[in-house]
Amino acid sequence: MPQPYDIIIIGAGIVGAMIARTLARYDVRILWLEKASDIGVGATAANSALIHAGHDAVPGSLKAEMNVKANPLWDQLSEELHFAFQRTGAYVVAIGPEEFAKLEQLLDRARQNGVPAEILSGEVMRQREPQINPAVSGALHIPTGGIVDPWGATVAAAENAVLNGVELRLNTEFLDFIWEGEKASGRVDESKIQNPKSKIVGIHTSAGDFYARWVINAAGLFADEVMHKAGVRPEFKITPRRGEYFVMDRNQLQLNNVLFPVPTAVSKGILVTMTLHGNTLVGPNAENIEDKTDVDVTPQGMAETWAGGLKLVPGLKQRDIIAIFAGLRPAGNAPCANPAVDYAHDFIIEIPAEVAGFVNLGGMESPALTAAPAIAARVVELLQGAGEELREKAAWNPLRQDRPVFRHLTREEQAALVAQDPRYGRVICRCETVTEGEIVAEIHAPIPATTYDAIKRRTWLGTGRCLGGFDMPRVVEILARELGKNPLEISKKGPGSEFLFRQTKEAAL
Amino acid sequence: MTHTLKSHYDVIVIGAGPGGLAAAIEAKKHGADDVLLIDRDLELGGILLQCIHNGFGVETFKEDLPGPSYAQRFVNEAQTIGIEYLLDTIVLEVTPDRRVYTTGARTGFKELSAKAMVFSMGCRERTRAQIRIPGPRPAGVFTAGTAQRWVNVEGYMPGSRFVVLGSGDIGMIMARRLTFEGAKVERVLEVMPYLSGLSRNYVQCLLDFDIPLQLQHTVKRIIGKNRVEAVEAVAVDDQWQFIPGTEELIPCDTLLLSVGLIPENELSQKAGVALDPVTAGPYVDDGFLTSVPGIFAAGNVVHVYDLVDWVTQAGRTAGKRAAMVVTGCCNPEPAYVPTRAGDNVRYVVPQRLDPETLTQEPIMLQMRVTRPLEQSVTVQVTDGDTLIAKKAERYARPGEMVSLTLKGKDYDAVRKAKELKVSVVPK
Repeated sequence: MPQPYDIIIIGAGIVGAMIARTLARYDVRILWLEKASDIGVGATAANSALIHAGHDAVPGSLKAEMNVKANPLWDQLSEELHFAFQRTGAYVVAIGPEEFAKLEQLLDRARQNGVPAEILSGEVMRQREPQINPAVSGALHIPTGGIVDPWGATVAAAENAVLNGVELRLNTEFLDFIWEGEKASGRVDESKIQNPKSKIVGIHTSAGDFYARWVINAAGLFADEVMHKAGVRPEFKITPRRGEYFVMDRNQLQLNNVLFPVPTAVSKGILVTMTLHGNTLVGPNAENIEDKTDVDVTPQGMAETWAGGLKLVPGLKQRDIIAIFAGLRPAGNAPCANPAVDYAHDFIIEIPAEVAGFVNLGGMESPALTAAPAIAARVVELLQGAGEELREKAAWNPLRQDRPVFRHLTREEQAALVAQDPRYGRVICRCETVTEGEIVAEIHAPIPATTYDAIKRRTWLGTGRCLGGFDMPRVVEILARELGKNPLEISKKGPGSEFLFRQTKEAAL
Repeated sequence: MTHTLKSHYDVIVIGAGPGGLAAAIEAKKHGADDVLLIDRDLELGGILLQCIHNGFGVETFKEDLPGPSYAQRFVNEAQTIGIEYLLDTIVLEVTPDRRVYTTGARTGFKELSAKAMVFSMGCRERTRAQIRIPGPRPAGVFTAGTAQRWVNVEGYMPGSRFVVLGSGDIGMIMARRLTFEGAKVERVLEVMPYLSGLSRNYVQCLLDFDIPLQLQHTVKRIIGKNRVEAVEAVAVDDQWQFIPGTEELIPCDTLLLSVGLIPENELSQKAGVALDPVTAGPYVDDGFLTSVPGIFAAGNVVHVYDLVDWVTQAGRTAGKRAAMVVTGCCNPEPAYVPTRAGDNVRYVVPQRLDPETLTQEPIMLQMRVTRPLEQSVTVQVTDGDTLIAKKAERYARPGEMVSLTLKGKDYDAVRKAKELKVSVVPK
């Protein structure tokens, strides 16, 4: 048996990343697994990029508690880890008199959750956002809302975890648990232990077996499958709830606010929001589907999303759309732990009584991105409550080094950077002004970016008006050069998504 | 490669494609001493360098040349007459008072300034997002121009079995090129009831190679999570709605998009240049002067041309006028007459003109029609009830630019006109 770990974390989305980062401050040996070729590619990869205040979570739910606890943590996190975050505030916008009446209920809910909020008149809202639907009747202003770069936050937290000793393995898929007393054959020798399948001691993965005293389920969309393998909550089911989005050209549309509609029963509705990249984001709709990998955009979804956007900002123009994508929310069906609260879609954050060595998370849909740092803190509390000592490491470093982002620098800083490293002078993605220096830095980062999409998520390259048409051949060339590979091996998002098939006849001669 | 030491130029030209090369050469010939050409690529010539097919120069040189050869003639002339250039260099910003910030791995970070500028940044391709094709986002959905760069410049095949969406010129030319390379091009789909590129490309690139073209067809859905595995094609009606029951699954590993070009004007916007929402290019006068004094624009950055020869001609005009700003012999207060798109005309370039120009040289009005007319047509310029000029054409197609040249004899009528309404109507 190989040297066991103290803790294995399954899943490298924002929740897994915050857990890894938080646990890395303690003197424990951690293995962190992700089945994809990069971190942050599931629910983390495609969402509204918001830090919610917690105004509309169901009072008394774990979601409300985690959201409200986590919201104030983001300022310090972004300072320590150097990712983009801005406390912009947010508005829930009422269109017409009927919706205005609902703002009172929302205000009441915000108060129950301890979230500061105020109701503004339609007139004030029109002044604050000139592009809003002129039929706006009022708005709930939530000053503690914010916007974040979810990829940046995930990469930053993950990198900090890795630099503090967490061992990250990509392309490693969880298959099953290893139980105490289990032999190499997979059979449990029941004569040796009192309760078979009661204690987890490791996991089988696509890359071999790994042993640990604790396994943490942060598998996002697949969390139900993981917990079922542990024999926990067989009735729990994650329904992928798809949401489609439009990204608008920032040169054509400058919106300076986060605008929610009055919410529906199932979601916060289709927003129109500013992002930290300067583009306006429109979406998402909400559609329950079956396939946890189905991120198709659809004619119906696009039509619904567009209509939702127009309701808030009637001046949206289709010709200004520069990107379309869909994301999946891992929507669960766990009832609230407090039986007094009538809510059936709460987070699960628990050490189940029936299985030892297992920290179980589930239902990590919105506001899980916001809540991730509080969820991580709760995981620490649970482990401590279960007798883990968790001593702080003397060498723990909470800070993550920033890397230069050319487009964010002043002209003087740009000149100095180019003089110091000429690769920062070569612009590879011209719509977003991403330089070769930035790309190379990500390829050789503590968590190397080895695919086109990995570089895209980290640098924002290829997200602009030309959608990578100009940069793609150049990025493939840079990836091949830096990784010492043949360009034919370079892929968009891992094996099976290679760009190129062969050399041309003349080039092959 | 010249490493310039100057920081101030008479004329700076951005983009060394056919428009920029012609502009730089003409500026120098007309009295601008210090002319600098800036391009982001490693060589002069722009997108012509990846257009290794022939069909270039029939108007300009009365010869049928491949793109790189056409470019080389201008490159040679530019070098001979001493035009400076910065390659592998991108322009980050141009201010309205013509300060220019550039950066390059070999040229470093620079701040330059110019008395006059010519913008010739060309255009970019429309993408999947702009036509909102449903489905997942696998590898294997490329614009035709990206594929062209891979095949013709880098020497790699980005697929083996292709469907082309859009009958733009690059798409048809790539269909032939990929066939030469041993790939299978299953189909070219065009959502409109007519071709969007040149008829000659349909004959030479598709018909001659038995590549089927389906008009009024589009892609309903892309299939394949990691790599394209197939596309679902569908017929559309006159309102572009899918016709149920006409769906057809076409197995392929690559979808090439040739669905239109958009003038590239991010720098123009930063410089304060006003853009025409129809062309997506700057409003220009007959000398290709934009709304900002001293800044000219020429070529596909103004509107999308069908033939390189017209781009060269536009570059020459813009370069000459830029030199006149430097030498101080341009008309400071022109009494402009606006042009207007009339019946069956989508837009007219230039959007305004100085009638005095007609006393020196003719002015070509360039336009695209809205709908095809497969019969004899009249291209006419009117002002109210007054006919100012007209000419006949055998047909008019949206894929082919239509032009009408105003001459010295039209001077009086143009000068008196309130506006010049241009129409293309059945004869």
